[in-house]
Amino acid sequence: MTDNELPGPDDEARVPRRVIGTPAQGTAVLGTRPATAEVETPGVTLPDPADARRAERTVTLLFFIAFLAGIAFIASYVIFQVGDIDSTGVSNAALGGSLTVALLALSAGVVVWVRRIMPKYNIVQERHEMRSDGDTRDYVGKTFVAGANESGFVKHKMMRRTLLLAAAPLGLAPLVLLKDLGPLPGTSLRHTVWKKGMKLVVEGTGQPILASDFDSPGGILSVVPEGYEHDLNALAKATLILIKFRPEDLKSGTIKNWTYDGIVAYSKICTHVGCPAALYEQTTHHILCPCHQSTFDATDGAKVIFGPAARPLPQLPIGVDGQGYLIAQADFDVPVGPSFWERGDAEADAREARGNQS
Amino acid sequence: MNETPKPIAGTASYLDDRLGAGSFLKRNLRKVFPDHWSFLLGEIALYSFIILLLTGTFLTFWFKPSMQHVIYAGSYQPLVGVGMSEAYASTLHISFEVRGGLLIRQMHHWAALLFVAGMTVHMLRVFFTGAYRKPRELNWIIGVLLLTLALAEGLTGYSLPDDLLSGAGLRITEGVAISIPVVGTYVTFFLFGGEYPGEDVISRFYSLHILLIPGILLALISAHMVLMWVQKHTQMPGPGRTEHNVVGAPFYPAFMAKAGAYFLFTFACIAGLGTFAQINPIWLFGPYTPADISAGSQPDWYMGFLEGALRLMPAWEINFLGHTVPLSVLIPALVPMGIIMTGLAVYPFAEQWITGDRREHHLADRPRNAPVRTAIGMSGVAFYGILWLMGANDWISAFFHIGLYETTIIGRFAIFIGPAIAYWVTYRICLGLQRRDQDILSHGVESGVIKRLPHGEYIEVHVPPAEDIAEHMRGKKEIPIVPGDEDKDGIPPKGVRGPIGKLRAKASKFYGTDHVPLDGDGHGHGHDDEHAAVGAGDKPRELH
Repeated sequence: MTDNELPGPDDEARVPRRVIGTPAQGTAVLGTRPATAEVETPGVTLPDPADARRAERTVTLLFFIAFLAGIAFIASYVIFQVGDIDSTGVSNAALGGSLTVALLALSAGVVVWVRRIMPKYNIVQERHEMRSDGDTRDYVGKTFVAGANESGFVKHKMMRRTLLLAAAPLGLAPLVLLKDLGPLPGTSLRHTVWKKGMKLVVEGTGQPILASDFDSPGGILSVVPEGYEHDLNALAKATLILIKFRPEDLKSGTIKNWTYDGIVAYSKICTHVGCPAALYEQTTHHILCPCHQSTFDATDGAKVIFGPAARPLPQLPIGVDGQGYLIAQADFDVPVGPSFWERGDAEADAREARGNQS
Repeated sequence: MNETPKPIAGTASYLDDRLGAGSFLKRNLRKVFPDHWSFLLGEIALYSFIILLLTGTFLTFWFKPSMQHVIYAGSYQPLVGVGMSEAYASTLHISFEVRGGLLIRQMHHWAALLFVAGMTVHMLRVFFTGAYRKPRELNWIIGVLLLTLALAEGLTGYSLPDDLLSGAGLRITEGVAISIPVVGTYVTFFLFGGEYPGEDVISRFYSLHILLIPGILLALISAHMVLMWVQKHTQMPGPGRTEHNVVGAPFYPAFMAKAGAYFLFTFACIAGLGTFAQINPIWLFGPYTPADISAGSQPDWYMGFLEGALRLMPAWEINFLGHTVPLSVLIPALVPMGIIMTGLAVYPFAEQWITGDRREHHLADRPRNAPVRTAIGMSGVAFYGILWLMGANDWISAFFHIGLYETTIIGRFAIFIGPAIAYWVTYRICLGLQRRDQDILSHGVESGVIKRLPHGEYIEVHVPPAEDIAEHMRGKKEIPIVPGDEDKDGIPPKGVRGPIGKLRAKASKFYGTDHVPLDGDGHGHGHDDEHAAVGAGDKPRELH
């Protein structure tokens, strides 16, 4: 380290022009020799004694305020109980207010102390280049080579190579250990819990939906699969938005066979990064994801009309059971949610498969 | 007081006998710290970090990092009987049933915002004053690592309460992670312990948030401080200040007391914010479910630029051979972060290569005196700032009544044009400020005194500038230029041969050319007429 500006005993040549606070030679650390505080030092402006006395009164007052606020903090803790939103608010204000005042008064006091009671400094110390001198570098270099030779690491090739060999698998071990952090994806991302005959129920209430009750065009519902209302893993893929249209409003992008009486079900999980596309504008039939504003046309197969999402919201085939409740006809035929490497152009494959069926 | 009090002297001797601490103190008690307001910005981050450690430890006493499903039965009436994760329930418990819990939670959040903000402005100060130059490049790299880690620490932290807002952030994190080519699905399945959201991510983020990342932060911050201590702080140019000295107040007692006061002041500000400025009222958001979201969701400010990038991006996606590359996620998630962090990390080395300057620098540059650097920095700020604003484009749209899609489309252009404009404007401002310095040094400052000369001419008397300000201005350093001229045989000097060498010579000339030399009378537009002097300008002036 080179930050030693203070002259050593035999270092007269390097004595900087002015340095204060250099302990006199031969003193112990924090020694018992009288300190020479009042000596005038270049670059140091001593405060005016009268002003310092006035400042002391200010500092004292501030420290006393800090003391009182500290007491108030402890008192607030005892006095103000918590438990409901109002009492918590009062307790928060009392504790935080007294803490703020205490800290503020304390810091203000110290600032006045430094600025008006301590001397003002403008002292100079020398810098030195960070690099060590040539001799030191030489010595280190030579010692390194000597040590390396003594160790025999260079000469004994077999030893060196087997050491590196031994390190390789051990270095991999921590990575291997992380394997059980999770299962492999497999094909799980391609499926949801929806299957033929599963009832659509309203998110939150869990009520099944009578198709005949959901009959006002422009109506929208957030829908989950029956039996999975509280299974977050299932909901993260299977949540739907259900929209009722007049049949003539539906365009070619929507698969008509998969609707029931103008009711269409789309995945609610945005194809961009997976936020729920929860906003619906009735007049334009636009579904909007509030996270990054991907916008989908609900009348036209939820195709993207603006924003960063690259694919339409997948449509779920729905129908009704014997009692007129809405049910799923099958699972989605494409993966829902954000894109991933193994996904591929699932839409094209699905179109082809549908073409072969019909 | 004339001698060290016995208890202190005794303890000191005891420690010195065992540690030899005396010689360290001898060297360092009066270590000089240069004074400048901008040198205090990094301290905000340092003190915020200390407050984060203290408040964070308090929160861990009650927080349960578990995604176990529980039915809430606490004292916050609107949520009683609602199913939620234990993490969310325990956060409600801290907020409503632990005295001071809400205060500490809010202080922790505010301190986190201030931590990243302090780091950011400190980094800008270091950049614009060139304080990253040799020998401080390594400390600069540590700083870039700290900033990156702080973002990760923030992300893992605000995901923990498991409320609807934090869940939205987590969902976006998942969407980004799964978009990574080849390994994306594996990364997400390993991170979440299977499919999103799973039951593991909160406890995993918890270990990262309270142990791994703060541990690394603490180690790097310590290294940052030690290097600053050893290399000594840079100083602004001024009277008596050179590349070979440090001028300022000594560590003990003045700087120590000031730093202590500053810590208390930062603490007081955070306590005040935690008291009076509500932040992250998780009880209003409700528990997380992947099926819901509230409109207008916003991340913490330091994630805003990534959010903005995601919003700006057009819907690009590539499908080939059964594979998908979602560019509309990958580019915004990786490119801006990559440009900013990589750009910051390599800047000192790029600048060294361009200028060929391998000297040590301890005198800080005034930003105007390195116009190209300052302009590059400001175009970076513009790039970041536009992305950041775009992260709130729904709010901008609602507040200023601009169409939502228009804000996005404007942003798509602004992200390219804005930095270019910022570059040009900054560059011109820098040269203008340099001209003003030159003008003040050569003609003095206007005194406000109008004088009538014997033959009737009126002039304004100019007086020399204050000595310390003049010294500050004269501290301008020449930026070296790699010699690029061919010798008489038409061979360029070593280091600038070949296409890359030619580029280097050009860049160097562009980077280092001083358009407003202080000693030159360089500005060619009749300066005499600028002053209030009435009449002919060739009369001797009062100055000089």
